[in-house]
Amino acid sequence: MSGQEHNMPGMLAGLVAVARRDLLLAWKRPGDVVNPLFFFAMVCTLFPLAVGPSAEQLTFSGPGVLWVAALLSVLISLHSLFLSDYDDGSLEQFLVSPQPLPLLGLGKTIAHWLTSGLPLVLVSPIVAITYRMPGSVVLVLMLTLTLGTISLSLLGAIGAALTVGLHRGTALLSLLILPLSMPVLIIGANTVSLAAGNETYSAGVWALAAYAVGALSLAPYATAAALRISNE
Amino acid sequence: MLFRGDRCLFRNVSFAVESGELLILEGANGSGKTSLMKAIVGMLELESGVLEWNGTPVGDQRQEFHGSLVWLAHRVGLKADLTLVENLNFEAALRPQAGDDMEVVLERLGISRLKPLPLRSLSAGQQRRVALARILMSDVSLWLMDEPFTNLDREGRALVLRLVKEHLGTGGMCVMAAHQDIEIDAPTKRVVLQ
Repeated sequence: MSGQEHNMPGMLAGLVAVARRDLLLAWKRPGDVVNPLFFFAMVCTLFPLAVGPSAEQLTFSGPGVLWVAALLSVLISLHSLFLSDYDDGSLEQFLVSPQPLPLLGLGKTIAHWLTSGLPLVLVSPIVAITYRMPGSVVLVLMLTLTLGTISLSLLGAIGAALTVGLHRGTALLSLLILPLSMPVLIIGANTVSLAAGNETYSAGVWALAAYAVGALSLAPYATAAALRISNE
Repeated sequence: MLFRGDRCLFRNVSFAVESGELLILEGANGSGKTSLMKAIVGMLELESGVLEWNGTPVGDQRQEFHGSLVWLAHRVGLKADLTLVENLNFEAALRPQAGDDMEVVLERLGISRLKPLPLRSLSAGQQRRVALARILMSDVSLWLMDEPFTNLDREGRALVLRLVKEHLGTGGMCVMAAHQDIEIDAPTKRVVLQ
């Protein structure tokens, strides 16, 4: 059939469609979005109760606690990234579609970030205020969290794609992703600490941005390869 | 030759499908029909042997090949939380579309009154019909159908055969895996997997 070239959807059509579909699904099942966010807020609220409410201690531990909580909350939401698509056969349909698989996976990752990373960034100022962070530091926190969660979603997608065929792959997923996410955590938390101590912090922001760009350019291919392996 | 784990599923299987032909893969449960289908779409790698599309190895033109086929798998590959229309709209972005009106297709399949419902509340047979709607709305020449009659009632089975015959009549091709006898008035080849 020679007419096919004319009505073949464009390269980005698949990416946009997958992202839109996942956002629609998240809208219909808000629990999946709210749960990791709730976890983030819980950890951050419980921590001061355990270590004591002294202002000095809170300012000192705030950046670290917020960053660890953010990392774990993204990790929780990652497990389900490809799971329902694997279970209902959508993933098989992705594999046989003419759309490039890396872009379809990227579409899913973008939707994942919009429903896990972005809400986290938006909630973080409220939590940060309870840690007595000044406004300028909160902005740095939001900036680093934005860059950091983008990297985490992208890296996490590789792990989620690799473990999707395994039952109870959550532990393995954490084991795969945590080493890769360590630089993000260390740089992110330290950047916020530097900002809180009125020191120059721009190097950390640049490093996080570079990490995010690196992940954006490489992770979709690794995710696609992992999805192919999981579906064999 | 195709392996799953250490087990050789089949060797020396050879077939060709021409325009307007139906190929039926026959065999008992576990004989490798689905694995062969997966090998055709490229999800499983053949240990040896080649697969050609229009005379060129599929590996060299994966995207064009995938743009010319639609696969009805065991699992329907539709989202249970979305409605029928939302599911089909999503599909439209993945493959070339025939431009057939969705209303007309749904009417033909007898599922137009289910439009506002999420797929979760449809019966297995009705979900199967939605998967058929995906095939009908796409503009591709090769239909791969893995046990298309699963969960369908007598009327549904007749409908599938009618649709396949129509598709073959317009120069399309169909590869169907089935474990029951299929009576169809169209050029048919059979491959029996042991």
